[in-house]
Amino acid sequence: MISLEWVKEYIDLSDQDLEELAVKITKAGINVEKVITNHIDHLVIGEVKECKMHPDSDHLHVCLVDVGKEDLQQIVCGAPNVRENLKVIVALPGAVLNGNFEIKKSRIRGVDSNGMICALYELGLEEKTEETYAKGIHELPKNAKVGEDPLQFLGVDDTLYELDIHKHRNNDCYYHIGFAYEIAAILNRKVTLPEMNIHPIKKKIEDSFSLEVSTKKCPYYLAKMVTDVKIGESPEFIKRRLSAAGMRSINNVVDISNYVMLEYGQPLHFFDQEKLGNHILVRDAKEEESIVTLDGKERVLKASDIVITDGSKPVCIAGVMGGENTEVDENTKTILIESAIFDATSIRYTANHLDLRSEASIRYGKGLNEEYTENAIQRACFLLEKYANAKVYSGTIRHNSLDAKEKKVSFTKEEVNQILGICISEKDMKKELERLDFPYQLENGTFHVTIPKRRLDIDPNVNDIAEEIGRLYGYHNLVSTLPRVPIRKGDYIGDVKYRKIISRRLRSLGLNEVKTYTLVPEEWTKLFDYEQKEKVKLPNPMSQDKAYVRTTLLPSLLHVYEYNQARKNKDVFLYEISKTYDKTYQEESKISGLLTGNYLEASWNHSRKVDFYIVKGLLENLLDYMGFSNRYTFEKCNVKELHPGMSAKILLDKEEIGILGRVHPKQIKEEVFVFEISMNALMKKIKPLKFKEAYRFPGIEKDMAFIVPKEMPVGTLIEVIQKAGGRLLKEVSVFDVYQGENVSKEEKSVAFKLQFIDATKTLTDEEVMQVFTTIISKVTSECHAILRDK
Amino acid sequence: MKQEEIKAILDELKRTKLQTEEEIQAFKAKYLGKKGKISILSSFMREIDPKERKSFGEELNQLRSEAEELYQSALTKLEEARLEEKLQKESIDITLPATKIRQGAPNILEKLIEEVEEVCMSMGYDVVDGPEIEEDKYNFEMLNIPKGHPARDAQDTFYIEGEEILLRSQTSPVQVRTMLKGKGEVPIRVICPGKTYRRDDDDATHSHQFMQIEGLLVDRNISLSDLKGTIDVIVKKLFGEDVETRFRPSYYQFTEPSVEVDISCFNCKGKGCSICKKTGWITIAGAGVVHPNVLRMSGYDPKIWSGFAFGFGAERMAMLKYDIQDLRVFYNTDLRELKRFDRKEKEEND
Repeated sequence: MISLEWVKEYIDLSDQDLEELAVKITKAGINVEKVITNHIDHLVIGEVKECKMHPDSDHLHVCLVDVGKEDLQQIVCGAPNVRENLKVIVALPGAVLNGNFEIKKSRIRGVDSNGMICALYELGLEEKTEETYAKGIHELPKNAKVGEDPLQFLGVDDTLYELDIHKHRNNDCYYHIGFAYEIAAILNRKVTLPEMNIHPIKKKIEDSFSLEVSTKKCPYYLAKMVTDVKIGESPEFIKRRLSAAGMRSINNVVDISNYVMLEYGQPLHFFDQEKLGNHILVRDAKEEESIVTLDGKERVLKASDIVITDGSKPVCIAGVMGGENTEVDENTKTILIESAIFDATSIRYTANHLDLRSEASIRYGKGLNEEYTENAIQRACFLLEKYANAKVYSGTIRHNSLDAKEKKVSFTKEEVNQILGICISEKDMKKELERLDFPYQLENGTFHVTIPKRRLDIDPNVNDIAEEIGRLYGYHNLVSTLPRVPIRKGDYIGDVKYRKIISRRLRSLGLNEVKTYTLVPEEWTKLFDYEQKEKVKLPNPMSQDKAYVRTTLLPSLLHVYEYNQARKNKDVFLYEISKTYDKTYQEESKISGLLTGNYLEASWNHSRKVDFYIVKGLLENLLDYMGFSNRYTFEKCNVKELHPGMSAKILLDKEEIGILGRVHPKQIKEEVFVFEISMNALMKKIKPLKFKEAYRFPGIEKDMAFIVPKEMPVGTLIEVIQKAGGRLLKEVSVFDVYQGENVSKEEKSVAFKLQFIDATKTLTDEEVMQVFTTIISKVTSECHAILRDK
Repeated sequence: MKQEEIKAILDELKRTKLQTEEEIQAFKAKYLGKKGKISILSSFMREIDPKERKSFGEELNQLRSEAEELYQSALTKLEEARLEEKLQKESIDITLPATKIRQGAPNILEKLIEEVEEVCMSMGYDVVDGPEIEEDKYNFEMLNIPKGHPARDAQDTFYIEGEEILLRSQTSPVQVRTMLKGKGEVPIRVICPGKTYRRDDDDATHSHQFMQIEGLLVDRNISLSDLKGTIDVIVKKLFGEDVETRFRPSYYQFTEPSVEVDISCFNCKGKGCSICKKTGWITIAGAGVVHPNVLRMSGYDPKIWSGFAFGFGAERMAMLKYDIQDLRVFYNTDLRELKRFDRKEKEEND
């Protein structure tokens, strides 16, 4: 929260409409989320011209008040201090006080009253206490001008900006002087820093105090000492500004440390010097070391924390919170002021593990600049001198191991124009740098810029400068151009291409694409663990249902099935292609599917329910499409979540690439079929696609049927037939599988249709019969088969 | 006289009506058969006076063709009638419900992503992907986010092994990998849509798993204005030709300058509505000029090369485009909702 009344102390904004300014600031990159103002309409300065007792009351007065209008306004007032010729604050009808109390014309005990004469607490400018109530209405000095805005006259009219600052800008727009610089750049104005001339006493701090820093995490430490401090109330402007920033006033000393922090962004720490002693040692904390902080809680530290000690015991958790043992209290006379820089990462870590996010730790965590570390301690001494009667010791104790190098960057205007795609002249570039208050030298077209310390966010490269110039130029002013690059057509590359091709095929086969979560609960990792891969377990999962990285998509698809089942979606056809990872972080993309219900559906006509053979057909369709016809086979398999008699593994070039089958009825009662194959296994070489002429000579078809043992796989029969059939046998199809009458219980009848074609001539019956007989004899001898008579 | 016989037969033909199969066949036998009347007459040809023979022949031919025509047309008519009867019997009730032909629908996010891919590929971008279990150096370090940087806190990451192995919190590591592959020698144009993970609780607008569509172009003399033009093309394709693009200053570690991309509200055309929260603008992407450190770390000399990167949130885009209120619908699929998306987007030629 930024108070504009406060900012005005450093930059002239008297001619600015603060609503419009907020828009300008937002366009330049700092998002002003909300503009809040305490202005009250119909609130004016008035002068009591006549004051008489109310005829029907012993304490009410009837006043005639000049509010700058033609007529005097009659107002009834109950305050004891109202009197003639007094300048007062008048709320006229229409004024809304404290956000909800609207002043209206009224009659009080039979007398008209056209408003209200106000006390400060009635305007929310003071707390309502017995004391403030007893003061009665607020008495304005004689020089107050009738008809004008009393809040402006009191200097309490304020506009607050609520900012949404991106992380990198926090450290300079989080405090009022930094924000003043931002406005200065936007409006092209100068910033005036506040007064900090102090009048030190002869005593030197070095004579009575010593500092030692033994940790690398404290590169900069300044200490000054003040004495004869008188603890008391803060001046009004400090109270007001702290309250605008959402901080409570405690006393003049504590308030000054907060005030300077809000001004320069530098947190300060005040130690009671008598409690502290004459020495400070800044060091890494010891593991398990403890300290009671200002909030009265005991904190246990880690070795990664930084502590301020008196040489032995901690007196402050550096950058986070002070210790109770050296706290400033109403009896404090001498104060040791600390203004330092600590390692930002370390402070963030400490604040996190202690769960202690203080105003200080937030600021330290963002990083600070040494220029303001110095300014802040001077400014604090100045304010203590002025408002707390402090006497400032001469000198400053300091530790400095900072890299003193300044950040410099050199560039030409062309480089900046190129990055932004704009065209601004050298003269305008100079103007922009001046607006930013970035010192520069121009040498033969090259700018040499020194980046001010307060801009920690700017790195010494031309892109950072281009960003600063670009946002002042206004991104909304950029034109749209297209990169001047050669024309080419992009493509899907690598596994993305496979995924897209397979995805399209599966969609065209009727499967709907779903997306499920990569992270799964532990129970799911035990399902469909057919590959026995070791799973990745997250060391700190958000919840137990997202604790493992999956190696199979099937449990997730079953979950989608159940979700749809619960919603009465009967026909469920799903697929998903996703990456999976095992413990070795080996990546494998899986193609998984789930099918249940009618594959072909017509409620009144023949429907075709999904069965094993449809899923098998679907996979064959996919594998053929991928160019693998004749390279794959199906074999029985044993996956515990699949029906033992209705499941298979799929082999491509004799290597296992996946499984299919009906989900075991113990898992799901309904007939649900699933498949899963490795997409990586499909990323293989295939023969290029070529035209092949159809056979020009007529073929001959022959049927044959065998009685075979029931367990005999038809696949084996087909293999034997194909082998025996040789080059003339072009196709074998099964047209009947029969068990029942005329076939014993242990047997089945299988009927085949064979197609014989000779690519070079018309076949004769004799030629076919010769092959036919060979087939019969092979099948009967190798497969315990008996040829079935027609 | 044989001529008169011809006449007599002609008269007979005129009176003949053929309807049944039997009648037709009888007619054929009577006139056109080997022993039919016309055949018999033609056997008298030689007995005719040679002077008249020619005209007799002509008349006889005339007679034969009329008889044949009569026969043929009767036959055709009969066949047609039979077919008609058959078709009549075969007719079905076309108002009965159809047999459903299955066609699967794309996941809504994938549909959206494919649309972006299409427009980007037409501008020469390849579509690539990278691992979802990533190394810290690709996910953070080489993107100018060193260890301890506050930007890491914001992207609450799922770490798997110390601070070294993680579930990628953004798709940007694919940019790094692509640049490393390019070895600082070749220009780059890629988009990398993919899954990303952050420790967010799942609700209507958050998900621990979500998808980004990120693009990277590295070439020579690339500017922020080029980025604006490129984003213009993409958002116009997705949200309509009248949609405008606006850049606002922003901050990302791996781009400098960085911008946030707003588009003018496609719903209310800038007047203010619930989709754009009455502002007329919708934030749709983060983007910027590739930070020179990022180029350098991946082997591209920033003195020679420059580029831009942009990143869209797929869920957010899809929610805006299809008016979806709850992000979870992308990951909890109700097929009734999904099936609507098996459709082309809109009328063509608009």
